[in-house]
Amino acid sequence: MPDVQALVNEFLNKLKKRKIEGSQATAKQTAELLRSVISQQRVPRTNQAGALIDAVRAIGEQLIVANPIELAVGNIVRRVLHIIREEDLSLTTAAVAELNLSTVSDDDDDGGGGDQDDRPVLSAAAVAAAARNTLRPPSLQMLLEGAPDFVAVPRSSSSGGDSEGKSKSMDRNSRTRKLKHDIIEAVNELIQDITTCHELIAEQAVEHIHQNEVILTLGSSKTVLEFLCAAKEKKRSFRVFVAEGAPRYQGHLLAKELVARGLQTTLITDSAVFAMISRVNMVIVGSHAVMANGGVIAPVGMNMVALAAQKHAVPFVVLAGSHKLCPLYPHNPEVLLNELRSPSELLDFGEFSDCLDFGSGDGSPLLHVVNPTFDYVPPKAVSLFITDTGGHNPSYMYRLIADYYSADDLVVQRRHAAGN
Amino acid sequence: MDARRGSLPVPRVRQVGFFTPNAQPAPTRSQSGPPDSSSPPLPESPASNSLSPVMIPPPRHHSDNLAAAPRPTSPLPVPEPSPFRRRDAHAGADNNAPLVGSYNPTETLLAMSPPATRSPSGSHAGDGESEAAMSGGWFRRSNSAKLASSLPSGTFDFSSVQSTAEALKPTKVQNRVGVSEHLLNKTILAEASGRPAPKEQQPEAPSSSKQPKPKLSKAERRALQESQRAAKAATKASGGGKSVAASEEVATVKSVKQHQTQKKDAPHVAVSVAASERKGGDKSQEKERRKDAPAPRMQFDDKSRVDKAKRRSVVDQTEARNRVELFRHLPQYEHGTQLADLESKFLQLDPMHPAIYKVGLQYLAGDISGGNARCIAMLQAFQQVIQDYSTPPEKTLQRDLTAKISSYVSFFTQCRPLSMSMGNGIRFLKNRIAKLALSISESESKSSICSDIDRFINEKIVLADRVIVQHASNKVKDGDVLLVYGSSCVVEMILLHSHGLGKQFRVIVVDSRPKLEGKALLRRLVVKGVHCTYTHINAVSYVMHEATKVFLGASSVLSNGTVYSRVGTACVAMVAHAFRVPVIICCEAYKFHERVQLDSICSNELGDPDAIGKVPGRMDVNYLDDVSNSVNLQLLNLMYDATPADYVSMIVTDYGMIPPTSVPVIVREYRRDHLLI
Repeated sequence: MPDVQALVNEFLNKLKKRKIEGSQATAKQTAELLRSVISQQRVPRTNQAGALIDAVRAIGEQLIVANPIELAVGNIVRRVLHIIREEDLSLTTAAVAELNLSTVSDDDDDGGGGDQDDRPVLSAAAVAAAARNTLRPPSLQMLLEGAPDFVAVPRSSSSGGDSEGKSKSMDRNSRTRKLKHDIIEAVNELIQDITTCHELIAEQAVEHIHQNEVILTLGSSKTVLEFLCAAKEKKRSFRVFVAEGAPRYQGHLLAKELVARGLQTTLITDSAVFAMISRVNMVIVGSHAVMANGGVIAPVGMNMVALAAQKHAVPFVVLAGSHKLCPLYPHNPEVLLNELRSPSELLDFGEFSDCLDFGSGDGSPLLHVVNPTFDYVPPKAVSLFITDTGGHNPSYMYRLIADYYSADDLVVQRRHAAGN
Repeated sequence: MDARRGSLPVPRVRQVGFFTPNAQPAPTRSQSGPPDSSSPPLPESPASNSLSPVMIPPPRHHSDNLAAAPRPTSPLPVPEPSPFRRRDAHAGADNNAPLVGSYNPTETLLAMSPPATRSPSGSHAGDGESEAAMSGGWFRRSNSAKLASSLPSGTFDFSSVQSTAEALKPTKVQNRVGVSEHLLNKTILAEASGRPAPKEQQPEAPSSSKQPKPKLSKAERRALQESQRAAKAATKASGGGKSVAASEEVATVKSVKQHQTQKKDAPHVAVSVAASERKGGDKSQEKERRKDAPAPRMQFDDKSRVDKAKRRSVVDQTEARNRVELFRHLPQYEHGTQLADLESKFLQLDPMHPAIYKVGLQYLAGDISGGNARCIAMLQAFQQVIQDYSTPPEKTLQRDLTAKISSYVSFFTQCRPLSMSMGNGIRFLKNRIAKLALSISESESKSSICSDIDRFINEKIVLADRVIVQHASNKVKDGDVLLVYGSSCVVEMILLHSHGLGKQFRVIVVDSRPKLEGKALLRRLVVKGVHCTYTHINAVSYVMHEATKVFLGASSVLSNGTVYSRVGTACVAMVAHAFRVPVIICCEAYKFHERVQLDSICSNELGDPDAIGKVPGRMDVNYLDDVSNSVNLQLLNLMYDATPADYVSMIVTDYGMIPPTSVPVIVREYRRDHLLI
């Protein structure tokens, strides 16, 4: 699969050079890359899912190393791994169910080929639900009767494994193709989700923005733009304060877009955030990533905004597509999940060369310029997350994340972890 | 309460912080005729201030002072003027050496000012090199009451307090008056002291002073007698001779007529006050206090008033196109248009003095910025005006000059809204003018005002800054990481001074658009060899982890403890608060204001909105070029913000280091003082 390797290398380069901006674009491209990896991957007769998982994980590791700050890459890798696992599980259970149903199901199989496509999807959902059941408390009846129902699932799957060995090679072939096919379908769906997530988020805008509201935002985010415009389209009139988000000045871009869409926009400097927040009804911002504890990695300056909002009891709402949900818990995120950009954004090269004496001194330069990219907003500063599945509390994020990732994939870099 | 408290055997040692010379004679409490709104009463009598709200300066100072005590007392408002002065005397012109680089664009201004301003103070206060012989008696008599108020403020240094206390110990009223006048000559009148009071034995009698007119000396004698009489009455009434000057009316003795009414009043008031424990005084004080409340500011959403103001205005302002709705109450004008217009008017404008015009243009162009620099520039312009001033026929100097200055002030306001520091400076100046005795000649009054201005600049700004630097650099320890925001001249002085002391610390300069004042500060620090980190305000959460202290300047400190300062200060203070880093505000006490403010919206200043849309040096950021005319887009360039008092750990002023809750105390107790100096 040399062509896949070329694709991967190209993408790795882009990641390393930070050519891809924005978590959405990164997520989408990662998903597309993984899709092609899966489709090109040859799968062995047995344990196809395992082979796929290994392949995806190997590439995912490289991708994550290429840009460890862009958490969306890791998120998508984990999502794809999760998809593979779920599809495998659903296929297995479906096979078992077929076997259990004996000849009747065989007849059905012969009857309609179109049915086949639908059923696994349904069953995938069912099995996913069943898998999730393991996290849920047992039903009241189960508690009463003392008969653990969920034990049946592994048992049946193991028996399915047995039966799998006995089944015909034709069936196996179709199953291989079916697994890959299903996975690619699911990845396509994931890509679809990523591209449309801000529409889903924007649909909720009217529930949060009412007439005459004053909204503050910082930097630029497509999701925020769509969110505000969705409210505007619903004939809500409100005004927006945009903090410019130095040193990248993405706020200018957002202001321009908002003005073009006819929203009353006021552009302010970042330093005026505290002054203005007392007249703001709601802060709506985008994010770079949402951590499992409900903390947010966001464009630099966001912590300041969040603190100001907290001081004035202004709701601080974070919009995040599901691809931004990261299953990791942050440790010292201001430093470890941050990236220092070029100082030239703050000071021109050579601007201070005349007053810096490089010849003398103890080697440590007199002047440092710090230009971080991200800020960490602790969960207590966030009032609400709005994702494509609705609004959530910061404390609920871990649960939301559990829906999207399987616990086995949380650590992608196994070798690294072992090495460390 | 004062009588009660005064009669308690308060140990004298306790009276260090706010020394209250409760041995001060009551007679000084002369009720002046028309209460001047610009000369508010001292709300509390000094005797009630036995508790000090401010830190007593470290003992180092008083030892300094003791060493430098060739003169008996130095009840100057600045804690340790003497060491500085000595240094000045030695160092000569370059005395500013460790503290240069301040007052950013106007370094020249300051560089010029200190020699000029210091010359009078360099010589001993009170040795009366009087170019202006004030109408001694009137002036002193009326002011001798204020001495009581000036003393507590002034006597910050231990030694001088004690010596003052000793000097005051003699209980003979007459003697006391003499002493007070003696002190007064030194403190208040400094070089304008004229000739000594007849009864006091002033060691260095002025030689150069003009001979006072006989009429004046008569008046003086009368005043003295009167005060003695009043004092006697008071002593009799209160028994202990401890009755306190209740309503320290700043006697604006303007005419003989006034004086006569006053003469009638004075003993009466003294008795009544003594008898009823300053009930009457309270009342009048209440009244005055009410008058004292800051006048409401011009609201620019008030159509009629704006129109009225426009008709009078010299500066041609055009309203900004896209005004920010929330700030309709503030002037929102096109920037950059007025300058050319005004420049063209430069030669044809007769009512405006060229010095005023120049400073106004500098304000407009932004060449002078920073509260201190603007205040100094304004006061020096006024000095020139006063020097060139001649009273028109059939007008009195006081009224005419005050009116003139008011018109200049409104011109300044049109150029750029006044800062609080300027407001206080203007108030001081007007007060000085109002208090000029009518009887002295024009040239004398002019030179007296000019020297007052010099003294204000010197004591309230230059020396105050040095005291702040002394205090604040004590707080800088080895290994500290100091975070500063923007560019404050006093903070810069602190950093350079601490660096000069050899302290090992690092500075984080946080900057923000659109002015990027931090760059200039950074350059000056780096040139001096201070280790610096530079970043923008958004990254303040990132760098706050490293910081151990935050030093911030202030444009003004309001009496609810709110710090009114360059926009972004509140953000920095908030983040520091969140990270448990102490926030130290450095602000001269003359910038304190009795106004209160809760948010940054009600009163603020709007800068040039176009500065927001354009990012100099960044060609890639030009998103707004094509939409800048859209009605939907407003650019808001806020200049100041209000930092709530809860974020402030400490305010370093020339009176010491105080918590923000003590700001109203300083305003109340010392406001009188800076009207005095």
